[in-house]
Amino acid sequence: MLVEKYKSEIESLLARYPVRRSALIPLLYLAQRETGYITEAAMIEIAGILKLTPPQVYETVTFYTMLNLKQVGTFHIQVCKSLMCALVGSDTLIGWIQTRLGIGPGETTPDGAFTLSTVECLAACGTGPMMQINDDYYERLTEEKLDRILSDLKSTGSSALKTGPFMWPEPLAPKGETSVR
Amino acid sequence: MPKHEPILLKNMSQPGYTGTLAEYEKTGGYQALKKIFGKVSPADVTQLVIKSGLRGRGGAGFPTGVKWGFLPKDYQGPRYLCCNADESEPGTFKDRQLIERDPHQILEGIVLTCYAIGAETAYIYIRGEFVLGARILEEAIGEARRVGYIGKNIQGTGLTVEVWVHRGAGAYICGEETALLESLEGKRGLPRVKPPFPATHGLYNKPTVVNNVETLANLPHIINRGPEWFAAIGSPPKSTGTRIFCVSGHVKRPGNYEVPMGITFRELIYEHAGGMRSDKPLKAFIPGGASAPFLTPDHLDVKMDFESVAAAGSMLGSGGVTIMEEGTSMVWAALRLMEFFYHESCGKCSPCREGSSWLVQTMRRIVAKRGRAQDLETLTDLCKNIAGRTVCAFGDAEVAPIMSTLKHWRPEYIALIHEAEVSNLLRPQPAAARH
Repeated sequence: MLVEKYKSEIESLLARYPVRRSALIPLLYLAQRETGYITEAAMIEIAGILKLTPPQVYETVTFYTMLNLKQVGTFHIQVCKSLMCALVGSDTLIGWIQTRLGIGPGETTPDGAFTLSTVECLAACGTGPMMQINDDYYERLTEEKLDRILSDLKSTGSSALKTGPFMWPEPLAPKGETSVR
Repeated sequence: MPKHEPILLKNMSQPGYTGTLAEYEKTGGYQALKKIFGKVSPADVTQLVIKSGLRGRGGAGFPTGVKWGFLPKDYQGPRYLCCNADESEPGTFKDRQLIERDPHQILEGIVLTCYAIGAETAYIYIRGEFVLGARILEEAIGEARRVGYIGKNIQGTGLTVEVWVHRGAGAYICGEETALLESLEGKRGLPRVKPPFPATHGLYNKPTVVNNVETLANLPHIINRGPEWFAAIGSPPKSTGTRIFCVSGHVKRPGNYEVPMGITFRELIYEHAGGMRSDKPLKAFIPGGASAPFLTPDHLDVKMDFESVAAAGSMLGSGGVTIMEEGTSMVWAALRLMEFFYHESCGKCSPCREGSSWLVQTMRRIVAKRGRAQDLETLTDLCKNIAGRTVCAFGDAEVAPIMSTLKHWRPEYIALIHEAEVSNLLRPQPAAARH
């Protein structure tokens, strides 16, 4: 049950809004963080917390692409395929990933480690081709960078190649440092 | 003033600037708040913003102060400010940089706006994918709350402004202001029928202002340096100030460039963004995000202000400038954008929901060289039946790529359809047809 485990977090979310239903997406994120996707049990529980019917919760869940109704891999790779990234090689990037992981868009590797999705614009058009893996952006991708990211994720669960606070073109580095990123 | 003095990107362009409260204050941060709170009347702040000529940076370009002025004067209940950080227009990536590199600049703008419109609560609706941005904003709000720039009794004035970050969950349409409000209320992000407008019936049916991140970030500077200073920058009287243009596509140096409005596309593309990435010349560009009709090299000397781009048959929109080199198929480019709009149509209005599906199917057929002679007529007919017949501006936006490429590069469509017809003629006829 979410309520027992996240009591104070739920209360502080509810306190932000004068109308309870506004806390719906935040609570759904909480449920997704807990189980990787949004279960029927979670939807029923959240409906109870917000005094909604379960179908009201379901109708909101099904509108938003970031709310998963099915389990996804440990690492959810989302490649932007919109025009701006396509101009600088996103189709090629998707091909590289397919070759390396043996899965196409919408598929998960048999070990449950990687899911590949193609998505629309992620607001990183000047630094394409790019992808988001879980919470992190990876930009200006090349074949070598992709290999390093995938092997970093497999071995340590994170990669230093993810983008930090974004600025492009990059500002000048402070004296004595080569790069601020 | 140097030719292009950055305003919004100034702090973050300094080596080592990380956007903490201490650093922001060192550059004059929160001085505008101190200057205004309890000292200048809210109505005077609104007048000052009207005088500056500031117009919305999200896409529509509506005068900011005028928008604030639409809130009912005598209404006693709560009012809200929503900061639109749902940056999703393909080609646009400026708000992300403002949020992640200088969050206090936006927060100061939010608190100033709340003061001017009499709101005690502001929500920053940030697109769900900006996880890092949401975290940075949360931290910055925490910093500002600790020193009394946000929260109760701001700087001892007795005034309250609470600011909350609210993450979206992956829907382009939630950047449309009424869809944003629906989403913030925990519903599907379906745009509302207007009128009534958010100024009178907004969030929870209360008077509400929705302003874009870049719009709000301008406010501390306007208050610190005066509306006359701001109104003299750019292309007065109608397009004042700078804009952050996001350059993407086939250029040497893509990225965010803050320049006064009114420079030409030629200057942006060839001077700031370093020109074309290879020896292939420019073929086409999109001047203001995916919703803006394509332009041609003939339009390179058009001035980048709201009126000039509109007069050239497109719009300055969100400031996303996408460059395409010779050799790029315009039919393919229009299809890629059409696929975006098909995916993002919210489904509320039939012309858009059904029409986007028909358009994408027809476009795919043409690009796959299976088109038919009557397809061009079908496309035109569909576009005419979508534009202007939907609740929000999405309908007009989704037909822009097809209508504008049909206008400027019609022979490319015809060539693809011609190829399809030739291969049809050469194909062996089915047995039944021979009798």
